[in-house]
Amino acid sequence: MNVAAATQKIGLDVPVMVAFGCIIVILLAGSLYSPEFLSLDYLLQQLQVGAFLGIIASGAMMVILLGHIDLSIPWTVTLGAMMATALGGWIGPAGVWLAIPFGVLCGAFIGVLNGLGVAYLRLPSMIFTLGMNAVVQGLMVLHTGGFAPQDHATDAMHFLAVKRSILGIPNALFVWLFVGLIVIFLLRRTAFGRAVYAIGNRESVAYLSGINTNAVLIGCFAFCGACAAFAGVLLAGYSTKAYQAMGDPYLLPAIAAVVLGGTNILGGRGNYLGTIAGVILITLLQSILSVMQMPEAGRQVIYGSVIIGMLLLYGRGARTRS
Amino acid sequence: MSDWRYHISHNLGTLTAVGLFAVMFTIYISNHEAGLTPAVATTAANKAVLLALVAMAQTIPVLTRGLDLSVGSVFVLANCLASAIVVGTIGQGLLGCVAVLLLGIVCGFVNGAIVVWGRLQPIITTLATGAIFYGIALWIRPTPGGDVQYDIADFVAGQLFGVVPTALVVLLLVVLLVWIPYRSSPLGRGAYAVGSNEQAAYMSGVPVEKAKIAAYTLAGFLASLGGLILTFNTYSGEASAAIGGTYTLNSIAAVVIGGTSLFGGWGSAIGSIFGAFVLRTIEDLLFVFDLPPLWQPLFQGVVLLVAISLGAIRVFRIRNRLELFT
Repeated sequence: MNVAAATQKIGLDVPVMVAFGCIIVILLAGSLYSPEFLSLDYLLQQLQVGAFLGIIASGAMMVILLGHIDLSIPWTVTLGAMMATALGGWIGPAGVWLAIPFGVLCGAFIGVLNGLGVAYLRLPSMIFTLGMNAVVQGLMVLHTGGFAPQDHATDAMHFLAVKRSILGIPNALFVWLFVGLIVIFLLRRTAFGRAVYAIGNRESVAYLSGINTNAVLIGCFAFCGACAAFAGVLLAGYSTKAYQAMGDPYLLPAIAAVVLGGTNILGGRGNYLGTIAGVILITLLQSILSVMQMPEAGRQVIYGSVIIGMLLLYGRGARTRS
Repeated sequence: MSDWRYHISHNLGTLTAVGLFAVMFTIYISNHEAGLTPAVATTAANKAVLLALVAMAQTIPVLTRGLDLSVGSVFVLANCLASAIVVGTIGQGLLGCVAVLLLGIVCGFVNGAIVVWGRLQPIITTLATGAIFYGIALWIRPTPGGDVQYDIADFVAGQLFGVVPTALVVLLLVVLLVWIPYRSSPLGRGAYAVGSNEQAAYMSGVPVEKAKIAAYTLAGFLASLGGLILTFNTYSGEASAAIGGTYTLNSIAAVVIGGTSLFGGWGSAIGSIFGAFVLRTIEDLLFVFDLPPLWQPLFQGVVLLVAISLGAIRVFRIRNRLELFT
């Protein structure tokens, strides 16, 4: 097998290679500032932090591949965290075991509602998920009584999010690996995955080809909601409790990570390797800017400029022609 | 179809928003203990005009089948800059106002240039430029504060002849002097044409690139005008990501409630103004009906979701299922 075919097979196309190239450039630039940036310990810590973003981005990618977008991610993250931590208080000791599945299930439920709105009401996903985000926010404000709740994360959440069980590798990384493998399997080995790409390219054609497009839409939104809630559960484990608006800083980085990884924001094109690269890129960028004690103002400007700059390198659309 | 029926069906979205607003505002006023006094009207108008301007800004890129997620950031950036340079004598203050609006135009032009010449998707472009504009706002004003020229501020936030809220007059002037001329200009017609079918517009000789750049530039101008008026209301500047995000998201909701299609080519900024008024009146209604504060976010969210779900009515009018997918 020649090199081109091999890279094609694992999805190493131009955007992905540019993204990985940028990761190396960032690390080298960082190491000029401090050799710490190339230490194994620092890299593992970044991957642990990046795992939360990675899980959210996995779900966001499934929806973006359809040509849709999920703006309800921020409060679905918070919902997952709050429901999982609150369950113990509601049903007693059994809640310890059910906490994580319950949180994920709540997120999936919101995702199904999003999917129903987009599939059957045919509302633009951008506006429907936006409304859903406001509704979930309202529910969570009501749930906590307007204050940060005192519910604490269970040991299992803490174990998954913070502990390092095998060879000093953070458990969160294994969780991301697990979610990532599910996405790769779905996209590459199942009819569902082919349907996702088909709908992203042209939904009417997918429909005429006999694909149950509405079921695929609902499935992807449910997966996205579940991923967001799962990340919320882990974040609650990471910071030992759930609090209001904990998901707000994750929406834009998740979308940016997916798009920087070469997934077309209009759907139909993209692979998971790119999303991994995008997540690591965003995480490293955020980390290095904060280590360099760049003020927030400069961070935002650099953050936005890097996204524009990278997309100008490889994300340009076609010219309008006859 | 006779002429007036055509006009009604063409402007149905706007008319629905106007009707919704009229009903809600009547309920609000009849339950307000003071009734419709100039002071009550001015307070309501000052809040509503801010969102109305940002919603108008959002409408124009949406008409071209684009989107501007940076309107909130431009709004905040204009607020921060105005709190720094609209000071001194009235003359200096007015010069500062011009500078703030120029900055908004530049921000909008940058968006348009990246979308047209850089050929990037509007969503992701304006997401990124939004971060940049917010960063600049934070650089101008790291902590909330600043000042504003009081004479201009009191004039704009007050009433004309002691009756009419000046902010409403400003909004009316924007509609008459900016929106209506723009709408009937080649650039405005081009924006509708591009939104409806870019290829066909290109083939018909519509200046596609110019129309798109003009749309984003005008959006930047209107958003910065909103930010300027915010400064006149608050007498200070604040670089708050939350304010920017709320205004961006509410502007999209206002556009949808005002009957503009997110798929482009259909709608009007006047509808968006009333969409914004509807959203603001919802908040005021919660206030006069004394809903427990804890329930307010949920109630607002549900009303928002129901309002945008009204757009699903078109599903029931479609005869050919394939039309669902456009």
